[in-house]
Amino acid sequence: MRNAEKKFTVLDLLDLDLKEQNALNLRCIGGRKGLAREVTTPDLNRPGLALSGFYESFAWQRLQIFGRGENAYLKTLAEAGRVEALVKMFEYPMPCCIFTHNLAPAKAFFDAAEAADCPILQTDLASSEFSSRVIRVLSDIFAPQTTIHGVLVEVYGIGILLTGDSGVGKSETALELVERGHRLVADDVVDIRCVNGSILMGQGANKVIGHHMEIRGLGIINVTHLFGVGAIRDKKQIQLVCGLEEWDANKIYDRVGTDELTTEILGVRVAKLEIPVKPGRNIPIIIETAAMNERLKKMGYHSAQEFNQNVLRWLESENARALYFNRDDYL
Amino acid sequence: MTEVMVSIQNRAGIHARPAALIVQTASKFASKIWLEKGSDRINAKSIMGIITLGASYGTPIRIIADGADEEAAAAAVQALFDSRFEED
Repeated sequence: MRNAEKKFTVLDLLDLDLKEQNALNLRCIGGRKGLAREVTTPDLNRPGLALSGFYESFAWQRLQIFGRGENAYLKTLAEAGRVEALVKMFEYPMPCCIFTHNLAPAKAFFDAAEAADCPILQTDLASSEFSSRVIRVLSDIFAPQTTIHGVLVEVYGIGILLTGDSGVGKSETALELVERGHRLVADDVVDIRCVNGSILMGQGANKVIGHHMEIRGLGIINVTHLFGVGAIRDKKQIQLVCGLEEWDANKIYDRVGTDELTTEILGVRVAKLEIPVKPGRNIPIIIETAAMNERLKKMGYHSAQEFNQNVLRWLESENARALYFNRDDYL
Repeated sequence: MTEVMVSIQNRAGIHARPAALIVQTASKFASKIWLEKGSDRINAKSIMGIITLGASYGTPIRIIADGADEEAAAAAVQALFDSRFEED
């Protein structure tokens, strides 16, 4: 995963492990020496104007996409022997040139790119499809990111991040949840990315050691092998944060649940519960209930608020009745 | 807050056994202790966290301790790194 200080190079773009509707199908067909060039923005550019000689506001920092139109124009340039137009383009340190539709550029372009060490990539996708995919992929990569010490589980479809100090029982709680048919996303180190400015996506920090857990007394266990692939998930949106903490007799815990606590991760507010841990409290069942309650809330039913409204309504009717029966002119 | 820079001196890097040693040592202290590799910061009381760092031979690591016994904690963890986790 990308860190703020780590550069994202063209080689990293080629190396991305993307599947199905995200696959970019890129391969490098020239200018290999330039694969270390850095991709600094998640944007694209169609360099038609630049090719025709207009370089004002040329967005050279972006990935340059050559579709059928650009390629046909390149061909006419090459046939007319206007190589200088191509060489001029490579004076700009563009991250790379990408040809869609499996198009291969004219030899003159190829030579100019090799001379300038600018990588040429090729994909079999159509330009518009490739553009939408690459924008999606790059905006994920360039999304703000942080790492949190906690366990991410999916319970009844709700992504719950369990946080708390070491030894409070996060992993044990997650293990019990997995045993009860829920899913583990990441244990201990959760990488969180803010997608689209409002969605927090959590996933394990490392694929190699992903879906392993450390349980005191057992050591490291492989959740995939023990519980099956149904018990794991690669990534999940974080919809609820449950802070586990040692029971503190002096602290006041929420007893009603009408107030909603939230916490902020990467500038996004997420619902938060503070759950005190003490012997005799079955935390996994509390988490399960919290997940179902969260689903109810999302469906528009808020248990605590609804309860309180019923109490208020009832009190009101009692008042009204008392008033009515105490009236002097009754009967 | 106490910070110490160390580097990994055992050839194998931080695999499961050294990670367990670090966690055992760190857990004896009340202070919060972190290890930092580049921009990644993890809790030194979490074994999976330490392994996830992927700290190989020669990697510089910053030990950060914060709390009542921070100096003793940082020194104890540093001593582990210096002893090459009793390996090699």
